[in-house]
Amino acid sequence: MKYTGTSLTLGDHIDTDAIIPAVYLVSTDPKELGSHCMEGMDPKWLNKVAPGASVIVAGRNFGCGSSREHAPVAIVGAGIPVVIAHSFARIFYRNAFNMGLVPIEIGEAVSEFKEGDQVEVDMAEGKITNKSTGKAIDFPPLPESMRAILDAGGLAPFVKKRLGA
Amino acid sequence: MALTLAQKILASHSTVPLTEAELEPGRIVNCSLDLVLANDITAPLAIKSFKAMGAKSVFDKSKIALVMDHFTPQKDIASAEQVMVTRAFAEEQDIEHYFEGGNAGVEHALLPELGLVGPGDLVIGADSHTCTYGGMGAFATGMGSTDIAGGMALGESWFKVPESIRVSFTGSLDSCVSGKDLILWTIGKLGVDGARYKALEFDGPVIDAMPVEGRLTMANMAIEAGGKAGLFAADAATLEYCKAAGRTGDALIAADPGARYEQHISFDVSGMEPLVACPHLPENVRPVSELGDITVNQVIIGSCTNGRISDLRTAAAVLAGRKVKKGLRCIVLPATPKIWKQALREGIIETMLDAGCIIGPPSCGPCLGGHLGILGGGERALATTNRNFRGRMGSLESEVYLANPAVAAATAVTGVISHPGKL
Repeated sequence: MKYTGTSLTLGDHIDTDAIIPAVYLVSTDPKELGSHCMEGMDPKWLNKVAPGASVIVAGRNFGCGSSREHAPVAIVGAGIPVVIAHSFARIFYRNAFNMGLVPIEIGEAVSEFKEGDQVEVDMAEGKITNKSTGKAIDFPPLPESMRAILDAGGLAPFVKKRLGA
Repeated sequence: MALTLAQKILASHSTVPLTEAELEPGRIVNCSLDLVLANDITAPLAIKSFKAMGAKSVFDKSKIALVMDHFTPQKDIASAEQVMVTRAFAEEQDIEHYFEGGNAGVEHALLPELGLVGPGDLVIGADSHTCTYGGMGAFATGMGSTDIAGGMALGESWFKVPESIRVSFTGSLDSCVSGKDLILWTIGKLGVDGARYKALEFDGPVIDAMPVEGRLTMANMAIEAGGKAGLFAADAATLEYCKAAGRTGDALIAADPGARYEQHISFDVSGMEPLVACPHLPENVRPVSELGDITVNQVIIGSCTNGRISDLRTAAAVLAGRKVKKGLRCIVLPATPKIWKQALREGIIETMLDAGCIIGPPSCGPCLGGHLGILGGGERALATTNRNFRGRMGSLESEVYLANPAVAAATAVTGVISHPGKL
């Protein structure tokens, strides 16, 4: 699986209230949640997103705070398939896989990306290429079992497939 | 092998016997669960995932807790409909521990009070403050709704064995200083991601002397340092607390002497003053007397962090015979119906009403900017809650400061963030 998109950079400790404020937690609909993505940080941020062609590149501890699964759902719902970060908060990291959002942890190498850079992610190779600078960054490829969850679109469809339900 | 408390509880719940190597930090273990919980925000998503998984019935209807606490009483049509979805599921599955309306309280105050959690238990909850139960010696951690759906279906979940950070407190606590201050100190020391993927294990003479409610407050905020769990040994005080909640058969549990920790932090609390976490992260911790004059518009006393009876007693002692500053709203939300009733019986409610407080229902409400006390642009709150992220309690242009109940009450009186010992 490969993803390409324009980089949208974010800082450290982007919390779940920034990703999706609690007032919107009365919905479970990805489109509805996606229409408020990052509103707790900047109500106009969504204008920068090109659905299907944007990638978030964030700093440390992305997704800290609440266990709300609505956070990765809002990002997926906004049309962003991948978040590259220095590091992720634990609950968010687990939720991301379950919701079919690709979380990639690359530490200090996030400094290689500026807002607007063209990014290509190769999941099988474990390689991120900054097409704007030519710089390539390797990350440990995910085990096949975790990639299978992402390929199915999240844990629920994955389990359903496994159960043959 | 000498085990940390985290390793010990995970080992006792493993679905297969484990070798010592398989219990090393970083290894993944599959465990059976004692309790799986969700609330009115996270249960609807969990139910959606449960159905999408093709699951037909929950693994054990007595080991699931669904607590309608975040937007209770239902604040609007959408939140009422979230509860309707959950209520229908609870009826269909015959869930024994479904709480709504007058039976509901803030989940992490309610479940220990009802005796649904005990020492050595393994608990997962679709709420990040599930780690609260570590205060009574349970390994409890927050997960997302879909993991909870898996737990509800299978009664099992996987865990990465965490490294543990040992935090020891010695010395003697000032009367204005409590568990809230010790956990704020810990978060300030480690930073909001200092315990990421790790367990915090607290001990020392100050902890031994601390009532269980103070330990619950501390464990509650382990997540604010990124922690997977915040753990305390279960001692005689824990067993007493469990007995009062109607439990029987609980046993002492503690880490083994000689267990390996990723790091060991010690702190002498003597002379420590109350701490305040300043906007917009819980790690921005400063002693209250160093803040200068910070005026506030709203004080919140409540939440899963500090909404228990001992917290209300502390606040009432400061408010007795005093008045809330004109123009400031001081909102008190006892965390459960039982706490509310106890506060009424002890005259705490009357003391607070006389002071000019607003007494609300048990609800998470304002802590997450839901309802029952929202900040407008430019407003500032001092709260006994757990998070002060930007916009957490309302407008993106508002600010939240976090402190203990004595500081909250003193601040309600003066209108400026204040040291309760210097009124």
